[in-house]
Amino acid sequence: MSKYSAKYLEDKLKEKLDATYVQVCDDSDGCGGKFSAVIVSKAFEGKALLQKHRLVNTTLAEELKEIHAFSQKSYTPAEWEKVQQQQ
Amino acid sequence: MPQVLASATPRWYSADTSAPPPAALDKATLDKLVRTNKVVVFMKGNPQAPRCGFSNAVVQIMRMHGVQYDAHDVLQNEALRQGIKDYTDWPTIPQVFIDGEFVGGCDILLQLHQSGDLIEELKKVGIVSELLKAEEAKDTAKK
Repeated sequence: MSKYSAKYLEDKLKEKLDATYVQVCDDSDGCGGKFSAVIVSKAFEGKALLQKHRLVNTTLAEELKEIHAFSQKSYTPAEWEKVQQQQ
Repeated sequence: MPQVLASATPRWYSADTSAPPPAALDKATLDKLVRTNKVVVFMKGNPQAPRCGFSNAVVQIMRMHGVQYDAHDVLQNEALRQGIKDYTDWPTIPQVFIDGEFVGGCDILLQLHQSGDLIEELKKVGIVSELLKAEEAKDTAKK
């Protein structure tokens, strides 16, 4: 359905957002239409939640035309540390 | 040349791809639409029968907080579906507005719900979340 893989998305997010941690899961059973992502980047610092998500959406604008379900959790390094402590 | 179709021949009609896509709703129309209630949701399906897991998640969050809201089914109206995406420059449905302001989609709503910020956002527009009421009732009982 879409030509994108989790690995492709991970690489692109890492490169474009200078992300320190990216994990993309393919939730589509391989058809490539549904992904969920955890992204940690300094690029999110000082940005409101909506702005963080917008940054990711813009980075993947081309891909999101084909991927119909994309869910993201986007954190600054400091927020990510807190999230991991809670787990 | 006359065309004769045998009655047993199945016939089907696919979308006429040469027809122009329906025009997206314009900004002025959407400016009004996002303000018809304090909370307005654009979703797939309706609150009684959401037709997408992400839209369903938003419906469930609103239900937990006891929020009265207006819902628009984008599957019923292609011009609305495209129009709202253009309006917010946001690629996906559902989309949630509070007081005419775009708040976000499913991920953001879920995160606002989990962090407790949704209660605050609702309070700003004069909606007291049911979760807050329950919390306060518990506190009163303790005292």
